[in-house]
Amino acid sequence: MRYTPNPSPVVDEMLQTLGLTSLEELFQDIKPELQLKEGLNLPAGLSEMELRRLLKNLAAQNLNTDDYPSFLGAGAYDHYLPAALEQLLLRSEFYTAYTPYQPEISQGILQSIFEYQTMICQLTGMDVANASLYDGGSALAEACNLACVNSKGKKKVVISDTVHPEYLEILKTYSLSGRLEVVVVPGRDGIADTTGMLAAIDHETAGAVMQQPNFYGLLEDAAPVEKAVHDQKALFIMAVEPISLALLKSPAEWGADLVVGEGQPLGSSLSFGGPYLGFMAARKNLMRKIPGRIVGQTSDLDGKRAYVLTLQAREQHIRRELAASNICSNEALCALAASMYLTFVGEQGLKEIATRCHHLARYAEQEFQKVGMELKYKQPYFCEFALKVKDPAAANRKLLANGIIGGYELDDALLLAFTEKRTKTEIDQLVAVLGGK
Amino acid sequence: MPKLIFEKNVPGSNSFSLPPGQIPNPAISKTIPAQFLRQEALNLPEISEVEAVRHFTELSTRAYGVDNGFYPLGSCTMKYNPKINEWAARLPGFAGIHPYQPEDTVQGALQLYYEMQEMLAEITGMDGFSLQPAAGAHGELAGVMIIKAYHQQRQDAKRTKIMVPDSAHGTNPASANVVGFEVIEVKSNQRGLVDLEDLRSKMTDEVAGLMLTNPNTLGLFEEDIQEIATIVHEAGGLLYYDGANLNGIMGVARPGDMGFDVIHVNLHKTFGTPHGGGGPGSGPVGVKAQLLDFLPKPITVKQGEEYRFNYDLPLSIGKVKNFYGNFGVIVKAYAYIKALGAEGLKEAGQHAVLNANYLRHQLRDDYHIPLDRLCKHEFIINSKKQAENGVTTLSIAKRLIDYGNHPPTIYFPLIVSEAMMIEPTETESKERLDEFVQTMRTIAREAAENPELVSQAPHKAVIKRVDEVTAARKPVVKWEAGVKI
Ligand SMILES: Cc1ncc(COP(=O)(O)O)c(C=O)c1O
Repeated sequence: MRYTPNPSPVVDEMLQTLGLTSLEELFQDIKPELQLKEGLNLPAGLSEMELRRLLKNLAAQNLNTDDYPSFLGAGAYDHYLPAALEQLLLRSEFYTAYTPYQPEISQGILQSIFEYQTMICQLTGMDVANASLYDGGSALAEACNLACVNSKGKKKVVISDTVHPEYLEILKTYSLSGRLEVVVVPGRDGIADTTGMLAAIDHETAGAVMQQPNFYGLLEDAAPVEKAVHDQKALFIMAVEPISLALLKSPAEWGADLVVGEGQPLGSSLSFGGPYLGFMAARKNLMRKIPGRIVGQTSDLDGKRAYVLTLQAREQHIRRELAASNICSNEALCALAASMYLTFVGEQGLKEIATRCHHLARYAEQEFQKVGMELKYKQPYFCEFALKVKDPAAANRKLLANGIIGGYELDDALLLAFTEKRTKTEIDQLVAVLGGK
Repeated sequence: MPKLIFEKNVPGSNSFSLPPGQIPNPAISKTIPAQFLRQEALNLPEISEVEAVRHFTELSTRAYGVDNGFYPLGSCTMKYNPKINEWAARLPGFAGIHPYQPEDTVQGALQLYYEMQEMLAEITGMDGFSLQPAAGAHGELAGVMIIKAYHQQRQDAKRTKIMVPDSAHGTNPASANVVGFEVIEVKSNQRGLVDLEDLRSKMTDEVAGLMLTNPNTLGLFEEDIQEIATIVHEAGGLLYYDGANLNGIMGVARPGDMGFDVIHVNLHKTFGTPHGGGGPGSGPVGVKAQLLDFLPKPITVKQGEEYRFNYDLPLSIGKVKNFYGNFGVIVKAYAYIKALGAEGLKEAGQHAVLNANYLRHQLRDDYHIPLDRLCKHEFIINSKKQAENGVTTLSIAKRLIDYGNHPPTIYFPLIVSEAMMIEPTETESKERLDEFVQTMRTIAREAAENPELVSQAPHKAVIKRVDEVTAARKPVVKWEAGVKI
């Protein structure tokens, strides 16, 4: 396939206009020794029919959650995607557009971002949200960087190891800057060790982080850490899961200054881990410090309501080497998917989904108890828990042999997630396979 | 003016429902302690499906994508996004796989990753790639971290500076800063290229590396690239390639053959994946052999007939992103490269350059072209001629909207005043280019005869120009019940 519309007579005509005789002459400014002699060592191009076959064959080699019930979560969740959402995301005015730099021609995209920002504020209880970041982990790294900048040079961020391990790894990578020191406090019984965190929070601290629910699906009591970190005039950062916020105390209610999270559950497919949606929301006093695009409402010259990218003085294209973040392109289409998702399920639907996820997990716990299996941690959870098993890898193999994608393997447990897509029958089967001798 | 979704709220109108649960459903307050439960209202909108569909459809009609028409947004490579790629990324075998599935259940995805790493290495002349970064700027971040980790590993702690040309994109200095480097700006010369004297004079053993875009942001090939590489390497620094402009040399020349040590590519520019109204993109980072160990984790490897992720990379800068990068975007770019093949990629690069030079030639009589010579995939014009009548670049851009075009990139690069950066890409036909030329000529004539008409453009868009000052001074960044603006 070629997507170049000019056939060779037209190319010749254009070359002639330029006073040239060959395409090669267009590259005279590149020294011959720098030019490829043999061409690229890649196969010849494919027709669309061949390409379709190739891709279909590759896709067919992957077990997928359409065909196999899956109990994997651990930061990526198999929620139902409304058909209307999938169709609307294929409107090419949305997906083939660039960042809305020119407001007069991009009002639809700008308005959709404004609506998305509003919904993220509604979920989190915060005052301002940005237009998106890459994903949950990099969003947390941005939040920690912000805490350091905000504290005028303090470097220390205190975090529990009950936060998603990949988030911790990403933080560690970002700390290569030398401007961020991550102090990881080991958890206890699957939740943050508050005493340990309080001991680590001091006058050198720029911020502290709690994840809710945490990596093990458990609910954290954020209150003591919130108080301790605010006593030091540092930022309290929460990483949250958006669907759970239909039921769980909002970050605003916990007293968070800065909120991030993985927005994938809101309308993005699992897609082997990406593209996903990093969201960030903050209290008003941080509005001019948060990274990323922000859309604001204003009016046009006729006084009509209009939307535009705003507060750009924070951003790399204006501040260059003084910018606190380098983000440019974000995950706009995933943000659009999130606002569509919240619109199509609505407030009531979101509460029902969250409730169903929780109930399914409760049901599973009770069924596991009946066959003598127990949870690794006896703590309140939302829709995910660690089930004690002797050999998690073997348990997963057994599940797979029975047509079930199992859980995330911990040392002596399987982390199992329950979304509204799972059914009683599937859970009964899960329990039967794992509980069977 | 369309209402906001929140202004269409009709309680009870949303009929979304779940299948019957067939399990006990005790009150949440019985199973989750009250201290964890939400009191605060949500206030999410309640709208019927049909009205919601109309809402988003209406929003889409107030947006403009490549499928709507000409989109010469310089530096962004707004080429056509093949439709088969959208189909591919949505196959259940791609869209429906969980990142933590056992590796033997995702061999197709891993094979695609492995081949993608190999193909990108061949196209760019590098020795290895990590597909982790989520966008161009994220690739820069990873790349600059690699440079830092490399010097640290050699215990060369004095290298605290990164050099960036004054024509660089804002993300370059910002990335260097975010990784903790001091930024030194290198001047461009009269010809729009890196000023070798300035580079030499600023080069010290404290420089960790130089970040360069080639073709540069003026659309010009850095002809002295080998000498630049020598200057940087002799001083012990590394050379970084911002791949935003790879389309201008694709299939013809490779950064790896020019002396670049670390590069990123933008799959959402060069490799035809859609920009999504601002993302998601994908910014794989590639390196030469001596830096392979520093790549962000994981890398896909092939062992016998099996593919798997390798996390065992002790010198790796670590993870920069959850899971494995933007897989769904990478599927589309993979399909693009497979469709074009070796010859097609080269042809794409050649036609991109042909189209840019053709436009430059045709616009020459009506617009000032500060560096009017052979360009690569894009070029810069400005409004110097129109300024005589008080018409600015901004106004010309807005007037283009009236004629059904997306404007070019404006006011970038910063070293050209009133710049308009025009990148037609290879997927535009001569007819389209000619139409654009006619439109630009018409606007030039209007600017001379009726400058007010241009200065007040757009006239036909859904809104007039917006009050950006008030937007920034009194920010309204979300809708609130009962608050009217
Ligand atoms: C020259 C250049 N470098 C870097 C970037 C940043 O890329 P991204 O937006 O994918 O982060 C851009 C994007 O506009 C660019 O044009």
